[in-house]
Amino acid sequence: MNPEIGQFAILLALALAVYQSASGLLGAGLRGPRLMASASSAALAQAAALIVAFGVLVMAYVESDFSLAVVAGNSNSLKPLLYKIAGAWGNHEGSMLLWALMLGLFGGLVALFGRNLPTTLRARVLGVQGLVGVAFLLFIALTSNPFARLDPPPLDGRGLNPLLQDPGLAFHPPMLYVGYVGFSVTFAFAIAGLIEGRIDAAWARWVRPWALAAWIALTLGIAFGSWWAYYELGWGGFWFWDPVENASLLPWLAGAALLHSAIVVERREAMKAWTVFLALLAFALSLLGTFLVRSGVLTSVHAFANDPARGVFILAILTLTVGGSFALFAWRAPALKASATFAPVSRETALAVNNLLLTSAALAVLIGTLYPLVVSALAGDAISVGPPYFNFVVGALFLPLLLLVPFGPMMAWKRGDIAAAAGRLWVAAGLALLAGLATLALQSRGPWMAAFGIGLAAWLICGALSDLAERVRLFRVPLTVSLARLTGLSGAAFGSTLAHLGAGVTLAGIIGATAWQAESIKAMHPGDVAEVGPYSVLLEDVVPVTGPNYTADQARLRLERGGSFVLTMTPERRFFPAGRSMTTETAIHTTGLSDIYAALGEKTADGGGWTVRLHYKPLAPWIWLGAIVMALGGLCSLADRRLRIGAPARRAVPAVAAPAE
Amino acid sequence: MTRKQRRFAFLAGGLAILGLAAALVLFALRDTIVFFYGPGEAMARLESGELRPGQRVRLGGLVEGGSVHIVKDGPVTFAVTDGNATVPVSFVGLLPDLFREGQGVVAQGSFTDGRQFAADEVLAKHDEKYMPPEVAQALKDSGRWKEGEAGEAVPAKAAP
Repeated sequence: MNPEIGQFAILLALALAVYQSASGLLGAGLRGPRLMASASSAALAQAAALIVAFGVLVMAYVESDFSLAVVAGNSNSLKPLLYKIAGAWGNHEGSMLLWALMLGLFGGLVALFGRNLPTTLRARVLGVQGLVGVAFLLFIALTSNPFARLDPPPLDGRGLNPLLQDPGLAFHPPMLYVGYVGFSVTFAFAIAGLIEGRIDAAWARWVRPWALAAWIALTLGIAFGSWWAYYELGWGGFWFWDPVENASLLPWLAGAALLHSAIVVERREAMKAWTVFLALLAFALSLLGTFLVRSGVLTSVHAFANDPARGVFILAILTLTVGGSFALFAWRAPALKASATFAPVSRETALAVNNLLLTSAALAVLIGTLYPLVVSALAGDAISVGPPYFNFVVGALFLPLLLLVPFGPMMAWKRGDIAAAAGRLWVAAGLALLAGLATLALQSRGPWMAAFGIGLAAWLICGALSDLAERVRLFRVPLTVSLARLTGLSGAAFGSTLAHLGAGVTLAGIIGATAWQAESIKAMHPGDVAEVGPYSVLLEDVVPVTGPNYTADQARLRLERGGSFVLTMTPERRFFPAGRSMTTETAIHTTGLSDIYAALGEKTADGGGWTVRLHYKPLAPWIWLGAIVMALGGLCSLADRRLRIGAPARRAVPAVAAPAE
Repeated sequence: MTRKQRRFAFLAGGLAILGLAAALVLFALRDTIVFFYGPGEAMARLESGELRPGQRVRLGGLVEGGSVHIVKDGPVTFAVTDGNATVPVSFVGLLPDLFREGQGVVAQGSFTDGRQFAADEVLAKHDEKYMPPEVAQALKDSGRWKEGEAGEAVPAKAAP
């Protein structure tokens, strides 16, 4: 297809975005029904134009049209089809177009599914979304045109960075972007709500599904990225506190806080200003993440050679968005009065504490991430803030948070009873204590902290299950009645249980993989045996293999446990001629309870041996399993009937909300 | 409890949590930050005693051509240079895939008493054309940097 069509589609989308923002915001201000309706049409048309633009780009990659600079720079005719397609967003220009596409799609979804929203609110939401779209489409058109031509075109492309030639590339960036961009919808709702001066239960009910969708995508995107780093980078780590990882964690933390505080607005009409603030914050942090990745101002494994002009442009978008939205917030938020009060011991307080701890953690991660930048600007010293800082601070803030999680759902709204909640949690507490003590007794090595961590994970898991048991009145009514109650439970109830349970599973995985991992890094000749954890690994030989666009040395490692053969692992070291670079292809054998991880390194100096890296990581698969469970929890909440079906019209101010002083 | 007292309790509780977070951040920042030096600056600071052996630092520069040695069951050794000063580095572990002679590198670890650098982490980058900003700065400081060099760097030796 002709790339100029794509170029044209981007400009068309830009024009439509301008129209969408003008018609949405002006139409709502002037109460013009036709103008407001046309904002919806513009949103749908913009989404369509961006689908065309992105489609043209993907086709150019599939057809290896090297007259396009991005294709020539990042693709190669020998590359497998999957990586040709995924390569479309494996570079700056393409990924920005993907960003804009997601933004357009979310705008289209609001136009499609927002029919039950009040017309002015929908028009304003679309108007704000249009504004964000204008900013990013201008950015693409002015600094990052994916359809720039090369004349004359080269015969073949330079190829995609081999580290990116992985199925992970097909899922990780799009998922992450759905998450980042999803928060633009909650942002637009917050701005629209502030303009209208009405933040109430109905508003929260409309915002929550979008926040949930964004948070689910971000959870999966981060987990994918972490898993990808784990198996691709070849040194067995799963989280590096790298600035770009932090940048994805920040909106995740703010989003998690937002999910919880929106419940308070929905159920109790309290914490309104705070919830709006979080909605603004989540998107501001998403933009900050985009800025950090795209500007290259921080040293990061994700940093690519970059054009500073782009960084300045995104910084300008960030400043305008954050400055404008927070100024609006400062102006309008004081008018948002809570219509209900609550006692210091209540579900509301529990959620407020959850929010404070989550945002404190986000703040601490933000400070640690930006601190090197500040120091180098002010003092000129190059410093780095590494894992010790993040592990300590985030650990210290998450400890009380995770300890309190099981109490939250047990608390009644408005006025709770700690003693009663504790009474329902003693089984979970007992099991958690047992798990901790058993770990302490069984572990041959590893710090006592690890046993405490496992106890904490068990506390989260058992606490979440007790909540479910409590809801179905397990063992207090006949089992059939319990089962009937179980099927009648709301999606949100399952959602919170699963999400909290997933957090426990992930925590157990992190503890196991860091506290009890065993590793062996040594030079091995064929016939040598290495012992790692309960396994012994024999290097049989190293053979050359050929892939579609690489050649590789493949080690054949015979894995034995307790003297019996398990399987042969085949880690590879690949050489890509197109980019003249190497990658490590790890081999991982998982039992579901532990991973054994093998990576092949360099040839030794004498030429006959190879460096072989082996890790035994107990519970490591649980890190990602837990994330999937958390995301499933989010999906259950998203499927809740209350959110799905006819979000009811605005209620009048509830008559029964009078505080009992 | 009156409305006023209740509000005060919430404010105090919230501020206490925020204060705790701030204290944690300040405490951890003071103790865990790691400075970055080029080989020349690191050596100068070792001489003057500003940098003690055993103190964690990041060392960045170029991997000196011909300096990489991989020994059976021993550490990998290589030298990091900024063109003027050179620091010998030893590292136990697998080198990142983009590690090459003549390329920029960042090693994290500490100096031993013998002016040797014991690294426990050698950083890899996604992009072979990318030069960590600190390395670029260190090279500029030592006068070895030519504009446009980062974009033109060609692997000194095609591995393997």
